[in-house]
Amino acid sequence: MTGNFPYLVVGILFVMGFIGIVFEKNLMKIAIAVSVVEAATNLFIITLGYRSGGSIPVWTMAGSGSSRMVLPTPQALTLTAIVIGLATTALMLSFAMSIYRHYGSLDVRDVRRLRG
Amino acid sequence: MKARILFLVSILVVGGLLWSGLQAVHPFGEPNAAPMDDYFIANAQSEAAANNVVTSIVFDYRGFDTLGEGAVLFTAVISVAALFRKRGQH
Amino acid sequence: MNPLSVVARTVCNLFAWFLAVFGIYVIVHGHLTPGGGFQGGAVVATFMAFLLVAHGGRKMQSWVRKELFTLMECIGLTVFISAGLLGMSNTFFFNFLAKAGGLFGSTVPLGPNPGALNTSGTIALMNLSVGLEVVGGLSMILLYMFSGVHPEEPFGREETGHDR
Repeated sequence: MTGNFPYLVVGILFVMGFIGIVFEKNLMKIAIAVSVVEAATNLFIITLGYRSGGSIPVWTMAGSGSSRMVLPTPQALTLTAIVIGLATTALMLSFAMSIYRHYGSLDVRDVRRLRG
Repeated sequence: MKARILFLVSILVVGGLLWSGLQAVHPFGEPNAAPMDDYFIANAQSEAAANNVVTSIVFDYRGFDTLGEGAVLFTAVISVAALFRKRGQH
Repeated sequence: MNPLSVVARTVCNLFAWFLAVFGIYVIVHGHLTPGGGFQGGAVVATFMAFLLVAHGGRKMQSWVRKELFTLMECIGLTVFISAGLLGMSNTFFFNFLAKAGGLFGSTVPLGPNPGALNTSGTIALMNLSVGLEVVGGLSMILLYMFSGVHPEEPFGREETGHDR
């Protein structure tokens, strides 16, 4: 069980973010929860690609016994996911700022009403 | 109250599906056979002449992904600029 | 936003340059050490974040021009797509510079090695271009978000710090 501890961390992070997305009323907190779910996903992909005892997939100044390397493809995909998550986070915060300027509130119950 | 019950049911269904999917996942530290990754590790130096295997995947083997990534970043910048433009500016 | 106190401004002025140099190192050595264009670009964009937080949005708006960052982003994307298209005689994103002997064209000894900067063909070029693009894009996002903080304030009002 302790060997699979990273999967447990991923599950806890995912559930926390999911509960935050569903139950929070503040748009900023919803953005934070989305980021937490994103972090859980990235951690899951990285965890899947780990080889026990493996080194980073970089040959520069690698030790002589470093033929066993961590899988590189999940790391490359996570790099892509991190940048896209950064772009979506910036866009979410910008929309939250725009909504606050328009409605004077960040509560989703106040934002629900339509106003021209 | 109704929404809370709905949320409980939905999280039970989603969690059950995720848990059943988790049964097939390999234990931590022992991934399944990955011939593609082994090929990248073995041939990144001779084919792409790069020491960093991750960078050779990002920019050479899977360069098309990175093109889409740049497009996403560009779109985000354009959207933020369109949201915060001044009223007098075009 | 208002500028911070004089202590915070001095420290931010000093450490922003260290962060910029470190980010440029990460970009340039992207094909040798962990890192690359995206990570190094994000670190260099911290330069703009430091200066914006320390000095406030309006002063930075008068110091830098947004067109500069637009130009950086467009140049980065154009170089990136051109480097992909130039190998079109073989495939899209073909690494035509690797092991060709010219720019970034040295061969790499197999196995663990100290690493030479003049290797890896288009990968180093794309690292530089993507780093330029990310620096421009993130700095633009930061500048625009800071310019949207207090949009209704009259323009001529002076920003005051804690030390005045």
